Amino acid sequence: MNTQEISTLIISRFGEHAIEKIEEMGLQPALFIQVDLLEDICFYLRDEKGLYFDFLNNISAVDLHEDGFLITYHLTSIPYLHTLVLKVLIANDRDEAHLPELPSVSAVWKTADWHEREAFDLMGIFFTNHPDLRRILLPDDWQGYPLRKDYQDPESYHGITIK
Amino acid sequence: MSNTKYTAALEKYEQHLASIGSQEMIINMGPQHPSTHGVLRLQLITDGEIVKEVIPHLGYLHRCFDKHAESMNYGKSIPFTDRLDYLSSMNNSHAFVMGVERMLGIADKIPKRVEYIRVLVCELNRIASHLIGIGTYGIDIGAFTPFMWCFRDREHIMNMLEWVSGSRMLYNYIWVGGLFYDLPVGFEQRCAEFITYFKPKLVELDQLLTENQIFISRTANIGILPADVAINYGVSGPMLRASGIKWDLRRIDAYSAYPEIDFDIPVGKGEMGTVGDCWDRYKIRVDEVKESVKIIEQCLERLIKDFPRTDTFDPRALVPKKVNLKAQDYYVRAENPKGELGFYFVTQEKSDIPKRVKARGPSFNNLSVLPELGKGTLIADLIAILGSMDIVLGEVDR
Repeated sequence: MNTQEISTLIISRFGEHAIEKIEEMGLQPALFIQVDLLEDICFYLRDEKGLYFDFLNNISAVDLHEDGFLITYHLTSIPYLHTLVLKVLIANDRDEAHLPELPSVSAVWKTADWHEREAFDLMGIFFTNHPDLRRILLPDDWQGYPLRKDYQDPESYHGITIK
Repeated sequence: MSNTKYTAALEKYEQHLASIGSQEMIINMGPQHPSTHGVLRLQLITDGEIVKEVIPHLGYLHRCFDKHAESMNYGKSIPFTDRLDYLSSMNNSHAFVMGVERMLGIADKIPKRVEYIRVLVCELNRIASHLIGIGTYGIDIGAFTPFMWCFRDREHIMNMLEWVSGSRMLYNYIWVGGLFYDLPVGFEQRCAEFITYFKPKLVELDQLLTENQIFISRTANIGILPADVAINYGVSGPMLRASGIKWDLRRIDAYSAYPEIDFDIPVGKGEMGTVGDCWDRYKIRVDEVKESVKIIEQCLERLIKDFPRTDTFDPRALVPKKVNLKAQDYYVRAENPKGELGFYFVTQEKSDIPKRVKARGPSFNNLSVLPELGKGTLIADLIAILGSMDIVLGEVDR
């Protein structure tokens, strides 16, 4: 099943507003999903007969400068062998007191648990309803989010010069 | 950080540790524990010998691959991919290079000889990686001899790959559009000699470990991973196949020269216990080594007969001077010895430096199932479970 057919199915189930646009410029077409419906759509994609996206390959967070943050989900269906790319665009908010937010999909795929922790750790994306959103690769008391394009390396960490 | 919402999970974790029962104890395994295969720290909440909870702590080997890759061009990132899963560097660079080639649109133009050499060195590297997995697994549960035997045979592969690339472990041999050099003269013969030498050694290893009663008692029916749980946690590679799912990207995506090569995909059958137990995960690796031997034999045959070395053949003919990509994104995946290695590229217009590269390490996802598998086991069994996952911390932490 290709991306176009899947988008038709999602629209017939969740309405026109569920999909913001279909991107077909690159080698892998992608669906831009409405943030509020993300978890419901993911449950639907996983459980619906004929779709059955049971395998989440990867979650990546991308810093697009002033365009905001892009979260990409790569899905695969093991029985049907088809793949799908979901994208969610969140507004550009670089104030450390309010991280960009979107719902967690770790209830749908457990893979998302650690991938979302990594995105929180390195890119500063907050996933609501995540069961255990601690930093995963960096120390718990690290300041800032290193994969952001505007990140500045700190001078020192606990008295150790690191520059 | 001013907003307490972002530190709530950390506080919850600290409170959880502080509120354990009086008969429970926290045991730290690692970061320097030999059976954690690197610098992994596991916090165990135990009740006597029973593990009630496993909390993994990662990041001791975090070397910022993603950040590095954003500051240099695609070719320069290849040595960094070698350092992800440092036991199978060829496979890592193969996956990375395939992604860039597909975005460039030159993936179909790569000469067959180059593709076969890539598959040959990747499969040699796969054997080397699996030998470490098997050997160290033996050590984990108290069998020392297989480790020495595996390392003895792995050393031959290391020497051969050093001859090919000039480096023992971190090769930087597979380049975007081609190879660093053609195979050295006489390599095919030496590789064939190695295969002749190695086949009886595999039988010996099988007799020593696979059917060893002590080994079976330690691994059969331990750490059973059902297929649905494995898929939900994103487990891939030998671990997923051991749970009974015939899922091998070499077949599914049919990349490089694999569609022209005949090989089987071993799956777990639960011969000694239940499907998806530690013994199955071990056995899959042994069977895959045998399949890799088959692949290498076919590659050698075709390299000698159909695509022989010629004076005019230039493995760098298609290597681009500058990787010029239009703005796009692409996720490439390939079957590494540990599982599905993926690279997600986001390119920039008119620049040979990517905007974002995310590496999806198979060990990272395979390890994430450990808290689930380790719940309620004995501490000694946890070592057996962790060893059967065959993780490499270079890839978990990236």
